[in-house]
Amino acid sequence: MNTVTITLVKQPQLFLEADLVTPDQFAGKSIEAIGAIEISEGKIKYPLASFAKIEGASGATAEETKIVLNGDWTRVKRIGQKMTAGEIIINSNVDMYTGGWMIGGKITVNGNADSFTGIAMAGGELTINGDCLNHVGSAYRGDWRGMTGGVLRVTGNVGNDIGTFMRGGTIIVGGDAFIHVHTHGEGGTIIVKGNVEGRVGGQSVKGDVFVNGTIDFMMPGYKYVDDVEKEVDGVKAVYAHYIGDLGERHPTSKGVQIFTNLYLKK
Amino acid sequence: MQEVIKHVACPYCGSCCDDLEITVDDGKIIEVKNACIIGTEIYHHASREGRVGSPRRRQPDGTYKDITYDEAIDFTAKMLIKAKKPLIFGFGSTNCEGMAAAGRVAEDAGAVLDNCASICHGSSFLAIFDTGYPSCTLGEVKNRADVVVYWGSNPAHAHPRHMSRYGVFPRGFFTGKGARGRKVIVVDPRYTDTARCADHFLQVQQGHDYDLFDAFRMVMHGHGADLPAVVAGIPKEKILEVCDVIKAGRYVHIFFGMGLCHSDGRNHNVDIAINLVRDINEVTKCTIMAMRGHYNIAGPGVVWAWQFGFPYCIDLTKGSIAHMNPGETSSVDLANRGEIDAFINIGTDAGAHFPIRAFEKIGGSVPMVTIDPSVNMAATVSDVHIPVAIVGVETGGICYRMDNVPIQYRSVIKPFNGILTDEQLFDKIYERMQELKNAGVESDGKWEYATPLADVRPVKEVYE
Amino acid sequence: MTEYIIKNGCVIDPTQGINGQKMDICIKDGKIVDKVSKAAKVVDATGKTVMAGGVDIHSHVAGPKVDAGRLFRPEDKLFKSPNRKSNLRMEMGFSVPSVVKTGYDYARMGYGFVMEAAMPPLEAAHVHEEIRDTPIIDEAAMPVVGNNWFLLEYLKNHETENAGAYTSWMLNATRGYALKCVNPGGTEAWGWGLNCITIHDKVPYFDITPAEIMKGLIETNEYLRLPHSIHVHTNNLGNPGNYTTTLDTLKLVEGYKPNNDFGREQVMHHTHLQFHCYGGDSFKSSSFESKSKEVMDYVNKQKGLTIDTGNVTLDETTTMTADGPFEYHLTHLNHLKWTNVDIELETAAGVVPFIYDPKTYIAGAQWAIGLELSLLAKDKDRCFITTDHPNAGPFWRYPRIYKWLLSAKARNDLIANELKYGDKVIDTTYIGELSDKEISLYELAQMTRSGPAKALGFSHLYGSLKTGMNANVAVYDVDPENLPSDPEQYETAFGNVFAFFKDGVLCVENHEIVNYSMPKKTVWVNSIVPENKQVERDIRDKFLHSYTVDLENYAVFDEHVHNPYAIKVDITE
Repeated sequence: MNTVTITLVKQPQLFLEADLVTPDQFAGKSIEAIGAIEISEGKIKYPLASFAKIEGASGATAEETKIVLNGDWTRVKRIGQKMTAGEIIINSNVDMYTGGWMIGGKITVNGNADSFTGIAMAGGELTINGDCLNHVGSAYRGDWRGMTGGVLRVTGNVGNDIGTFMRGGTIIVGGDAFIHVHTHGEGGTIIVKGNVEGRVGGQSVKGDVFVNGTIDFMMPGYKYVDDVEKEVDGVKAVYAHYIGDLGERHPTSKGVQIFTNLYLKK
Repeated sequence: MQEVIKHVACPYCGSCCDDLEITVDDGKIIEVKNACIIGTEIYHHASREGRVGSPRRRQPDGTYKDITYDEAIDFTAKMLIKAKKPLIFGFGSTNCEGMAAAGRVAEDAGAVLDNCASICHGSSFLAIFDTGYPSCTLGEVKNRADVVVYWGSNPAHAHPRHMSRYGVFPRGFFTGKGARGRKVIVVDPRYTDTARCADHFLQVQQGHDYDLFDAFRMVMHGHGADLPAVVAGIPKEKILEVCDVIKAGRYVHIFFGMGLCHSDGRNHNVDIAINLVRDINEVTKCTIMAMRGHYNIAGPGVVWAWQFGFPYCIDLTKGSIAHMNPGETSSVDLANRGEIDAFINIGTDAGAHFPIRAFEKIGGSVPMVTIDPSVNMAATVSDVHIPVAIVGVETGGICYRMDNVPIQYRSVIKPFNGILTDEQLFDKIYERMQELKNAGVESDGKWEYATPLADVRPVKEVYE
Repeated sequence: MTEYIIKNGCVIDPTQGINGQKMDICIKDGKIVDKVSKAAKVVDATGKTVMAGGVDIHSHVAGPKVDAGRLFRPEDKLFKSPNRKSNLRMEMGFSVPSVVKTGYDYARMGYGFVMEAAMPPLEAAHVHEEIRDTPIIDEAAMPVVGNNWFLLEYLKNHETENAGAYTSWMLNATRGYALKCVNPGGTEAWGWGLNCITIHDKVPYFDITPAEIMKGLIETNEYLRLPHSIHVHTNNLGNPGNYTTTLDTLKLVEGYKPNNDFGREQVMHHTHLQFHCYGGDSFKSSSFESKSKEVMDYVNKQKGLTIDTGNVTLDETTTMTADGPFEYHLTHLNHLKWTNVDIELETAAGVVPFIYDPKTYIAGAQWAIGLELSLLAKDKDRCFITTDHPNAGPFWRYPRIYKWLLSAKARNDLIANELKYGDKVIDTTYIGELSDKEISLYELAQMTRSGPAKALGFSHLYGSLKTGMNANVAVYDVDPENLPSDPEQYETAFGNVFAFFKDGVLCVENHEIVNYSMPKKTVWVNSIVPENKQVERDIRDKFLHSYTVDLENYAVFDEHVHNPYAIKVDITE
């Protein structure tokens, strides 16, 4: 694997959009060509080299390309957008849409990420070693097809709209969430190891949600069924098993209605 | 010589009452008939002393001096070209012709184009994007509805003639008994004046409407037996009772407002309300409607949807395509994050209605133009203030009522002091932008003319 | 004004019986003329096809439910919109394009006129605003009348003159063109959550049947001598087995004669017929079948009918129709988001996204049925190509439909390679029997130019290259003397017009839009009838008691109608 190391040496006045900073875009390009890749600040377009020092070499394919981002990327959006393979490591906080619409490959953020992280993620691994804001692994506005695959891990806390319209894949939150986990979910798995204030599994059609901490306000539409032992992210524990949302439509399979499962650790 | 102008549509709230009668004498408004107290005031204040008759520019010492429209237009056009990410926000009180003209300017400038829904029924838009909008025109409620719900909405104060024209009292074609043939349900954390008309009042625990909707939906899906004893402060028995009223209705209609849009969960509250409507349609006819606050705040949503495909929060800075994502491209978020470098506040008052922290970020440091007939709060910190004609009073045009019915507005007097309409102003701004671009003015984000406010004290200093 | 000469093209103009003859077309002062001076700019059309600008008889492009479709589908724009070209305005949207993209894409296909398929009268001003903001193409709109309270009452009592007086008033108030009838009676029933499935089901309260409504509307339309016939979307759309309702509807024309001075010969135009030709009792391949042949057998022998196809394009698209109950039914089938607007006293609309997935049996069958209609039609000038945009697919897919009709190979390849259940589609439809049928370019011109113009009653304005016509002329990269062996070239050529003139102004040159600012018209019918005090009183009464707008604010103000072109029809003369 070849590595391109980019150090941000200049901060934007506003915010930068860097949707072309991906292994797919860098693969097969020389350092000069990578430096010419377009980023934008509002309506003004710049070459990447005007904001960053670029070293190393790209691989021939996305899969063989690793990108390391040093410096402060707090005000940069859309890194890793739609990538299919390869790796990106971001050694600072990062702004919105990190790993947006990603299909494969691996992104690691050693810092906090802003909102819309992993939007409509379809595959790969996205890890935030820090907190995230809102709309984590959620769908774009209006699209009933949200996250469909991959593993999105946030070690810290998250805000609202975790896995909205989720259809597949796994989201793991190490800390707390605010409200709206798996809203309109129709598949996939969400694990919250901390606490959630409320609205877990609201309007959820099917899928699995695990909460290791507490839920302040349970949805009325969730009904206790039984206690079960489950292994969650490698740890076995006993969970109170609820099914719901009883206020939502649910598919039937072989004559049996399929609900969303909510597991609350005992 | 006195003249009575009839069939005038009122430029206050989303009810768009179009039965006003305005008496005009020698270019001054003398009397207003049929309007509520607020609509009446809009007409009278147009003819009072103190109208702003000319654009004004803030001087280095903080006072304002009159300038010409040409100077104001030049400032605005230059600002729009030079800024990297200018924001044009407002349109709560403009006609559609003005909104269409602004759309052309925003596209040419590469600006973010947003309207007051962003701080109001934007939550409803997000819900509509995700789940649709089974709605109707107000006449369907008047003529058919026998069960009417006002949820998180207080028309007695915000839409004074709404209940008499549409929701509760009118005798429509199939509703000849008027209020006596209707059941009214009000859901609100407070016992409002609207609740005083209710047959059933549910004092929902604030911030928990979502849970209450879930409970209603459980009943509609046949799981009423699984209801907890109390949901969101409402006892199970009451929930079941109200569901029975709804199911027995011939036509159920739900009006909703800020109670859903701006309590926790926002768009999700509206979303689940809409899904309840879907559920009710399995049993009986049901529709829902957002109580749009202003007489043409539906306008920019409708106009920009046909021009750009999106109703608000439209980022046109990319130049190639339009991009919308509230949370990123919404005005308050752009302001809070420091993501804009120029601001036009039009037909609204960001100074009064933005969260103070958001306005602080832009008020002191970002060049600002306010386009509004009055000196509102935003105008007191703007670099330039441009007055425009009051729609519905001094200029006509098309406005979209809360149910998206286009209402043709009329003018009853000429614009004060010959001030321009929004449409004329934006068209002139567009022309000036072409002239400046041809003369070599570029988008470089460099300001020579923004004058920072010396005496703006951050709110922190005052209150903390 | 500039003179142009389109030199040496192969002209195809069914209005003059010209089929591929090499001729020059001359343009001066916005009109087609016999000759021009040497100063005329030359457009070299050697080896190319020259036709009149296209005429779209039915497309949802301007108005409240179209806008509702745009508004509630941000995802129809995301990553699906082309990058803005430097000299043009931004173009957004895939299945429900912005008005700018609409105008540009029709121009790119060489279309000069589009009929907005359904205008709710109360919201006419909205339609006119969108028409104003749509560049290039001339437009008209058809007010919906099949569920209108005034008409339900007049027609129940067989009061044709009153129905005519009201309809005339309403056409003028809305600046409408023709009478659109959608799910007659059923959409009023939908005001209570109900429907009319057969044409003999009674409408709640109004106690009239869809058959009575449609017959009454035919009588009203002919009484008013309107340029177009009634334009019908009959009951029971989209349901398996509905072809019987369709045949019942089509047969209503028997005994009626067209009454007009515009050369129109039909008394009913039935739209998007594909959705109405279903047999069987479910969407499963074990039951569903095409009944296009049974329906077209009747259409072929009934000269009083014209139809348009409503072809499925196999895309993710957005359905939108005044058939409110159908959309409610659809959202139950696919569980996707649903928008609905019931409009007081008049009509309703529903909008639901829909995916015609070629990996499903039913989408393949619907696709086949749409093509069968054109291939089975004996009079190609009574059968017009549409997609009921955006219901069966976006309008800018028309060139793909042409490809499937012009090339049997393209059709058969799709069945073999793209339809997952191609075998079942062949078993349950007629597409297999038609596997070697192709239409000609002449027939294509009939189905997209001369035919729709005649049915709409404006052959004197559109669809023809006769001298004196407004110069709407399209030049395509198709050589009739050397037809392409690769059918993809049909789609490319018809989707990227080489040159297009709109009212004599060069709009597209060398496949690129060079001018989008030429004037465009709103065409409408100014109907004049004898004074009718009863109807005047009824109108005042309903506005006072039932509508929520003032009568004086209802008719669209002159200043809100863009560049109107009125066709006057005065029955008092």
